[in-house]
Amino acid sequence: MHLTSPQFKSNVDHALHDAQLQKALGNVRAGFIDKRAKAAAALPEFEALRDNARDIKDHTLAHLDLYLEAYEKRVTESGGHVHFAETAKDACAIISSICKSVGAKTVTKGKSMIAEEIGLNDFLEADGLTTVETDLGEYIIQLRHEGPSHIIAPAVHLNKEQVEADFRRVHKDLPGDRDLSEPASLLSEARAVLREKFLAADVGITGANFLIAETGTSVIVTNEGNGDLTQILPKVHIVIASVEKITPTLNDASQILRLLARSATGQDMSVYTTFSTGPRRPGDVDGPEQYHVVILDNGRSSMLGTEFEDMLRCIRCGACMNHCPIYHSVGGHAYGWVYPGPMGAVLTPTLVGVDKSGHLPNASTFCGRCESVCPMRIPLPKMMRHWREREFERNLSPATVRWGLSVWSFFARRPKLYQFSTGLAMRALGAFGRAKGRFSFLPLAGGWTKYRDFPAPEGATFQQQWKAKRGAA
Amino acid sequence: MNGREAVLSRVRQSLGVTGKEESRRREVAERLADVPRGVIPARGQLPDEERIALFMKQADKALATIERVPSAELVPEAIAMYLRSKNLPAELKRGEDPRLAALPWERAPQLAISTGPTGGRDLVGVSHAGAGVAETGTIVMLSGPENPSTLNFLPDYHIVVLSAGDITGDYETAFDKVRAQYGAGVMPRTVNFITGPSRSGDIEQKLLLGAHGPRSLHILVVG
Repeated sequence: MHLTSPQFKSNVDHALHDAQLQKALGNVRAGFIDKRAKAAAALPEFEALRDNARDIKDHTLAHLDLYLEAYEKRVTESGGHVHFAETAKDACAIISSICKSVGAKTVTKGKSMIAEEIGLNDFLEADGLTTVETDLGEYIIQLRHEGPSHIIAPAVHLNKEQVEADFRRVHKDLPGDRDLSEPASLLSEARAVLREKFLAADVGITGANFLIAETGTSVIVTNEGNGDLTQILPKVHIVIASVEKITPTLNDASQILRLLARSATGQDMSVYTTFSTGPRRPGDVDGPEQYHVVILDNGRSSMLGTEFEDMLRCIRCGACMNHCPIYHSVGGHAYGWVYPGPMGAVLTPTLVGVDKSGHLPNASTFCGRCESVCPMRIPLPKMMRHWREREFERNLSPATVRWGLSVWSFFARRPKLYQFSTGLAMRALGAFGRAKGRFSFLPLAGGWTKYRDFPAPEGATFQQQWKAKRGAA
Repeated sequence: MNGREAVLSRVRQSLGVTGKEESRRREVAERLADVPRGVIPARGQLPDEERIALFMKQADKALATIERVPSAELVPEAIAMYLRSKNLPAELKRGEDPRLAALPWERAPQLAISTGPTGGRDLVGVSHAGAGVAETGTIVMLSGPENPSTLNFLPDYHIVVLSAGDITGDYETAFDKVRAQYGAGVMPRTVNFITGPSRSGDIEQKLLLGAHGPRSLHILVVG
């Protein structure tokens, strides 16, 4: 996916003026928050499960090398193959060579964020393969040549009229006068079109929500069943997953599964949770003849032992972005890469460099909702602060920000002067703004007053009021 | 250096370990052998009848349809009745699971039955579940020569026979059953946890049934 994170500000400007996008984003605000809250409230053990899930992942990360070895051993024993890839390019090359080894022409794909991260479709297409995304949302954005705008609802930025136009443009052999006005008719058309693709595919590629060391099993979670048709019908099943998907046991995965769907869509459990171990067994009448797992590092190992290690607990539920006021305003594409929202603001700088994505950890109000709903208790705001610090240390923040900070720090280190000048400023602003109670223009605050008024101060500064209150108590 | 060594050595370097530490190896081996159960929701920890009732309630919440059949002999007629109620042809494909093969199919002579995996042309598939999980109304399907996975996904209507005695309270107990059947650390090729029929919310976040898998899931709880 083409990186546009460096142009975050113009992306945002574009997003805020995109009426279709703003309409579609209403579905995020309306759809996810209540459902998650209800599902979490209905399970009394939810908070205890969050604690345990955090501890399971922390334990796993501290022993990651050993669990990787144990996992690999079990996969091999069950007749599968494990491949390790240091970089995105290595992973693409491994997958492409497996496809070529069986003379594949068509590849179906279950939804995988790692495949998006490594740009797998473009790589395989350049090698002459046809790739077909089978998750409904992914299928739609593939038709539009777009990246996902949400990690579990990739087409959440679109309205049904846009999907209808795309289906009419691409499914040319269907009658032109067919009715596609309702989501149900769109779904039904996609089902019929994709059913043929499933049956014709030579290789199926899925991601994994967990790789289980106890049994050498990969786990996918879907609602549509597309991941299953992707992996049981073709003769080769390839799993692409990153190192931190390793989970010690089936029981550990069960603990985390209780959090995943509730946090993501507010379901108690997703419809299909599928545990796959090796290829078809002797006597089996269906299932793939070959089973490969490609384990990707792509910079994650360098997060271990740093202040960003907690991010490796992420299970990609999307709750952080579903609850983020920034995401609600600008959608996922503005973030400029595959991972949007708070988790993207932390992960993207790790994977593509903070020099290219420094805007992302700054695009936060630090309201803390992301951390409060994160099933894995990842301290997202704290890690965004770490990125801001690194950006500052490496002299990457814009000159105006650095100038502003140095002015502020000059005053902040001189409390008497600070109190005197803020007191003076409050009085002045209060006097000027008394008539209207607000400012529609203020020098140096044009970025604020362009979109909204600035309220005029009505009394003393916070510190003065605090002092008065404590004196009174 | 190959990819495997490179990734493992980088992980070890970041963790500041060699991979040979006895205490770390022991801790990992113990967790894999002991498979600790963690936090188990109280919701499913019930006496038999209440657990079965919870399973049926949760499966209904997940938009499956469920009926209780007092004994296995009545399953063929129950399937025939279900197909009739849906205005479906009296045809089905099933796996060769001995629990299905042993049913008195002659009691529903109108049913045209074929066996084996499906290539996508069968409207109705019938499978036998390995277990059910009461906490979320989930059925557990174990693949094998007599239980093709394709039957779980390709037919429009999926009918699943589940013995009431195989309903556990939680996922962990269902996995205990799998371990008891296949051995520690061993799994069938595919284990499907299925909770309701296929669905998608990808267009405007509106929930629609029948995305790529079955449009309907009907569960017969036997006993």
